Amino acid sequence: MATADALLKPDHGAHRKHFIFTEEHHQLRESIHSFVTKELAPHADEWEETTFPDSVFTRMGELGFLGLSYPEEYGGQGGDYYCNLVLAEEMVHSNCGGLAMGVAVHTDMATPPVHLFGTEEQKQQYLVPAIRGEKISCLGITEPDAGSDVSGIKTRAVRDGGDWVINGSKTYITNGHRADFIVLVTKTDPDAGYDGFTLFLVDMDAPGVIREKKLEKLGMHASDTALLAFQDVRVPAEAQLGQEGKGFYHIMWELQGERLIGAAGCVAGAQKCFDKTLQYAGERTAFGRPIGRFQAIRHKFADMATKIEAGRQMVYTTAWRFANGEYPVREISMAKLYTARMACEVIDECLQIHGGAGYMKEYGIERAWRDMRLNRIGAGTDEVMLDVIGRSYGL
Amino acid sequence: MGAPASLPEAASRRPLPPFGEAHEQLRAEIRSFVTEELRPHAAEWEEARWFPNEVFGRMGELGLLGLKYPAEYGGRGGGYLDDAVLSEELGRCGSGGLAAGIGAHIGIATPPVWKFGTDDQKQRFLASAIRGDRIAALGITEPGAGSDVAGIRTYARKVDGGYVVNGSKTYITNGVRADFVVTAVKTTEDGGHRGLSFLILEREMDGFETSKKLEKLGWHASDTGELAFSDVFVPEENLLGEENRGFYLIVANFQWERLLMALGAVASMEVVLERVLAAKSGSRWRHAVAEMAVKHEASRCLTYHALRLFDAGHDAIREVTEAKLLSQRYAFEVAETAFRVLDGDLEIGRAMRDTRLGPIGGGTDEVMKEILAKQLGL
Repeated sequence: MATADALLKPDHGAHRKHFIFTEEHHQLRESIHSFVTKELAPHADEWEETTFPDSVFTRMGELGFLGLSYPEEYGGQGGDYYCNLVLAEEMVHSNCGGLAMGVAVHTDMATPPVHLFGTEEQKQQYLVPAIRGEKISCLGITEPDAGSDVSGIKTRAVRDGGDWVINGSKTYITNGHRADFIVLVTKTDPDAGYDGFTLFLVDMDAPGVIREKKLEKLGMHASDTALLAFQDVRVPAEAQLGQEGKGFYHIMWELQGERLIGAAGCVAGAQKCFDKTLQYAGERTAFGRPIGRFQAIRHKFADMATKIEAGRQMVYTTAWRFANGEYPVREISMAKLYTARMACEVIDECLQIHGGAGYMKEYGIERAWRDMRLNRIGAGTDEVMLDVIGRSYGL
Repeated sequence: MGAPASLPEAASRRPLPPFGEAHEQLRAEIRSFVTEELRPHAAEWEEARWFPNEVFGRMGELGLLGLKYPAEYGGRGGGYLDDAVLSEELGRCGSGGLAAGIGAHIGIATPPVWKFGTDDQKQRFLASAIRGDRIAALGITEPGAGSDVAGIRTYARKVDGGYVVNGSKTYITNGVRADFVVTAVKTTEDGGHRGLSFLILEREMDGFETSKKLEKLGWHASDTGELAFSDVFVPEENLLGEENRGFYLIVANFQWERLLMALGAVASMEVVLERVLAAKSGSRWRHAVAEMAVKHEASRCLTYHALRLFDAGHDAIREVTEAKLLSQRYAFEVAETAFRVLDGDLEIGRAMRDTRLGPIGGGTDEVMKEILAKQLGL
């Protein structure tokens, strides 16, 4: 049987052109790839110790990578949604999960609500400099007592004359220490349930915004993760983002895009570890032959390749639906769940195939193993995804 | 996270590529045939360990046996994607064996005749198969050669005007009812990859015998035969393709066969999921159902990707192999979960037995992994 297939020409290409991508996407991919490998990857080890510098944002802004799908009038590149997928996929080549996450929070979590729900003035004040990389953004959803259950948010914004006064705290906030502004989810009407949330754009240097703690983490060491406190932070009415009372829905919308981008990152990250491990298995010998020749190892690769491809096709198919104007919450949740689990399984197998080397810092596998684990928690845990999917069937 | 349902309005759903509107029309046509004329008899045919041969006649009448075949042989002149739709819709017939019997005729036994047959062979075998007048089977597996087809021992000795065939075949779907069997034989003493050929053996030939109807874990409505050939004379006009190039014929249809299996598995998961959703409400099984749905979606996305590449004429060995591997395993797991959720529902039990063949037939999981590893250069 194996001989049968040897008669046909094997295709060793890791990627096949997919119908959602055009030649322009391919060129964009090449240009991001070359930037990431030349200007980011060489610093990965250093930034893992120090967190990555803010200059990454200005440089990416210069290159136009922070506004790929935003309109040209705000300094964006005017591309389509698929451009963001390309960015998410190529950022994994920085070898620096924390960096990729910090950038993704800026491009795909914190700024999309400004673009979609912001007033012209807000866009000029926040979106335009964010696209240039001059203002760094973060998103404030999670609180010490409210994670996946967004409805448990307690941070309060209370009207005071023409202003709002905000009190509360947010935690696990990526970019929280470096950010110039935060898209903040608050409760404005405690009695209105899901209709009681409102978003605000808050400058991080406003009086009463306290960056309390730089949190230490299992992985993603190159990113800064903050615990933030808001004590009588006074913002004007113009700081309100989107409709009053619609904050929950705005954030639910934002989470969909974020989850799909995260899923794309999982697939690309898994593919990268897979490629690296495949090369290792071809070079490392044991008992007189490359370890990749042992069936026990060979079949692991077959399994991994299959799951990676399945995850990739879920992401692309769902992105196609999204770009067609569908709002495929079910499929996004499926892609997010499947790819996060898949990536964790793949990196664990990659560590196993590397053996002792996988456990050592210098090979980079243990770092990827630590970084990957967040995907099953962030942007909604596996269990929350299962819930969303199950509920989508009326269960 | 109990989010209320007032999320932005979704645009209407378009069929997933590679399928378009024309395929959806065909789908509706086939679905009504399957639900009206097959589904109601599924349980009875499963019980009888047989579905009537008239199913082929009826499907021939409706033009469903030749969707992808040229009009000159009675086909509809469509493409692979039309057969893909048929394969998915047959997943709704309520009997894996019935779908398998029809699938063997359309998807694996007749394609070699279409691709490699002479005009005379196409008139004699393909056209009659498309009409549903003659039922076809593919004979490759032997008691001593399964996934490793190079081990085939059935020998066709060259004689004046043809061949004399001796040997046996087993696990042949439609093997009991088939009017002709597209049969792999060795045409050199040694056999092996360079010594295989294909002959079309016909039931009326002397020495052709169905030695056994095999009993199985599942696929009950299908007849699985063991065939014995003793000194069967096969005229040379029944040689399909070139002599000693038979291995190429086997390989040529592997990708399509595996794609059909993947499509069937995707459909099976969809049906199982629908049955569970129709029977269960409340949150108790929410996560179990979500897990099933994710496996279905992953299999569908991967299978459609492989199908798009295959249909566009690309070398899609890797993707097809991956789709086959993943979907067969998931289809069984989904059925197994559903069996638990529905407290031993018999219909799901049937699906569970039927889908268990997936990781074996058409090349086992282990063979799929070997192919993938080879593709990866290992």
